[in-house]
Amino acid sequence: MDSGIGEQTGLLEQAAPTTSDEQVKPKSEEAYALPNKPLIVIEPSRGWAPVDLRDLWAYRELLYFLTWRDLKVRYKQTVIGVAWVIMQPLLSTLIFTIFLGKLARVPSNGIPYALFAYAGLLPWTFYSSSLNSSGNSIVGNAHLITKVYFPRVIIPAAAVAGRIVDFAISFTILVGMMFFYGVSWTASSLMLIPLLLLLTLFALGTGMWISALNVKYRDVGIALPVLIQLWMFVSPVLYPASLVPPAWRVVYDLNPLVGLIENFRAALFNMPFNWRALAISTAVTFAMLIYSAYAFRRMEKEFADVV
Amino acid sequence: MRPIIRVENLSKQYRIGTRGPAYRTLRDALTGFARAPLERLRRNGHSNSETIWALKDVSFEVYPGEVVGIIGRNGAGKSTLLKILSRITEPTEGYAEIHGRVGSLLEVGTGFHPELTGRENIYLNGAILGMTKKEIDRKFDEIVAFAEVEKFIDTPVKHYSSGMYMRLAFAVAAHLEPEILLVDEVLAVGDAAFQKKCLGKMGDVAKEGRTVLFVGHNMAAVSNLCGRAILLDKGKIIAEGPTEQIISRYLERIRSSSLSSDLASRRDRRGRGRVRFTSVYFEDKEGNPIEQGVSGQPLVIVLEYQSVDNRPLYNCRVSVAVYDSLGQVLFNCSSELTNNEVITLPPKARIRCVIPRLPLSQSQYLISPFLEVNREIEDWIEGAMILNVVDGDFFGTGKLYPEGWRGKGVLVPHKWLFEQ
Ligand SMILES: Nc1ncnc2c1ncn2[C@@H]1O[C@H](COP(=O)(O)OP(=O)(O)OP(=O)(O)O)[C@@H](O)[C@H]1O
Ligand SMILES: [Mg+2]
Repeated sequence: MDSGIGEQTGLLEQAAPTTSDEQVKPKSEEAYALPNKPLIVIEPSRGWAPVDLRDLWAYRELLYFLTWRDLKVRYKQTVIGVAWVIMQPLLSTLIFTIFLGKLARVPSNGIPYALFAYAGLLPWTFYSSSLNSSGNSIVGNAHLITKVYFPRVIIPAAAVAGRIVDFAISFTILVGMMFFYGVSWTASSLMLIPLLLLLTLFALGTGMWISALNVKYRDVGIALPVLIQLWMFVSPVLYPASLVPPAWRVVYDLNPLVGLIENFRAALFNMPFNWRALAISTAVTFAMLIYSAYAFRRMEKEFADVV
Repeated sequence: MRPIIRVENLSKQYRIGTRGPAYRTLRDALTGFARAPLERLRRNGHSNSETIWALKDVSFEVYPGEVVGIIGRNGAGKSTLLKILSRITEPTEGYAEIHGRVGSLLEVGTGFHPELTGRENIYLNGAILGMTKKEIDRKFDEIVAFAEVEKFIDTPVKHYSSGMYMRLAFAVAAHLEPEILLVDEVLAVGDAAFQKKCLGKMGDVAKEGRTVLFVGHNMAAVSNLCGRAILLDKGKIIAEGPTEQIISRYLERIRSSSLSSDLASRRDRRGRGRVRFTSVYFEDKEGNPIEQGVSGQPLVIVLEYQSVDNRPLYNCRVSVAVYDSLGQVLFNCSSELTNNEVITLPPKARIRCVIPRLPLSQSQYLISPFLEVNREIEDWIEGAMILNVVDGDFFGTGKLYPEGWRGKGVLVPHKWLFEQ
């Protein structure tokens, strides 16, 4: 009976027991030659820490995979999947065209109202959905934040990146509409590229900041949709900015979306650009980006502890 | 030789009560700021919430190729230490340096998404754990084979059985190849066969010369894997040295604190804490208190508890798990298994778990009471109390259980049939 004991003591037999001696002594000194500088230094951070670009670069694949997960899950979960991305601005355009274009006769700079509205809703939907999903991204990914290390900024960045893909999909509808209404592309359309870049940076700047604030103050997430709704009305999405009285424009133009959406249309429909508004948008975008990078770095230290 | 991990006076302070939603809102912050600027100044910017040191002045070194166990009771700071070393959270004070790539495994299946297929989750989880796409491509087949999920690799993981899910999750983690691996209790889940496979894989990792920090509650696993161990208690290092020695120090400490049946003052507990066990003791079938159990005789485990308020406890689940002295679970008595009705308990009472024929041989055991109210764990004290069992006539033959088998596993009623 006794002989059986050794073999039957449990599940751990496979993990061959190793004596402490074997483990402490290395095979040879140079087999484990270590670089002089430690790879990772851990200490409490003080003051303003710059964004670690090298670290970000090392984790670029994670950005890709998180974006990909976001898209995959989003497109898989709804019944109509990708079609939803197209339907959303298209349906809004239809409704706004009926009520604002036909009934209220909102001016649209001589462009068919449906095309005018879609050209505004496209960048707006990109911005608002980016802000919404990145703003909730840190809280929504608490299970990742508390269990693994990676540069935290990847999370809101991936949320914005996913919306770029949405934007690209709904952009194809715009191309179709341009064709349908016989509006031809011109060289000024090249301005779309820097405009989109600015819009993305602004979305990232605001999204990052909101996402960090949302960890600290949980009512931010609740207030966000309301704020986004209001913001739409103070941006030239459904009406031309020219409708705003010149005296108000000093304040109105401070909203970076004014310069971005107005010039987005100008680039599509070959109208004169509003450089003044664009300059303000650019300045506000970069100021916001720098501030929120700073705010995010300051608040991210506590994410894992409080989220 | 230089250490691959060097930790110097590492400390971590947590504010208690800041966790969880709805604690602070922007509204509170704004109105509070407007209302009490003076008070804020007086308090010197600090809020009045309580703080604890989850880790205090911890220093140690780990040399390349070592496998070091970190043990200690609940709340000792083990997970906090690993979280700091994996850079998930910052230390409040102190310094640490690490000379190598770190892979941390605080949980298996981090980032798994139920809607995604097995294949998709392997890539996602691999990237989250720090693998590159190329690395995952290379190891993909091996991972799938290890997990034994070939047939379901393109099925969303929400359709997986929990066993398959765990196997896949661990398979990804097991194929990480950093120089340093930080592992936290991931083996607490899964069935025995799965645990064995994981431990086997861990053993391989150790033999490959990788450095491992291993947090565990299962002392058998710790002693099998680790050459050296560190004992933490209340955030401080109490002892450090050869594993066997440290484990016995640990068990001794548990035993000395598990001698008293008073649980109210115990701090090593988990759960929300709105209801707490206050005392645990044993009775015989006549209701007389007893000091020890007898093999084959009835044993009644009495648990006293108290709630912080006067509301009845709706939808309760109570259990008592019995561990051997190495921390392996022997069996678990749970009201969930025995009772079909929804259990509602008064805010303060005594509950009894009756074991008609104690299936334990002569040895020392630990019992862990657990209480869940409406799906929320309220209290759970591992190793709350020692249960001493003396030999009895379990099999009704008047014979005693062989000494070499004592304390190993449980006694099972059985009979033999012989052809004449
Ligand atoms: N985010 C947090 N906020 C506040 N307190 C925390 C937080 N995380 C941990 N603590 C506290 O810090 C202490 C140490 O916790 P830790 O999780 O490190 O213990 P542990 O040794 O891993 O315990 P266990 O064996 O239960 O896993 C505990 O008292 C715990 O309540
Ligand atoms: Mg822990």
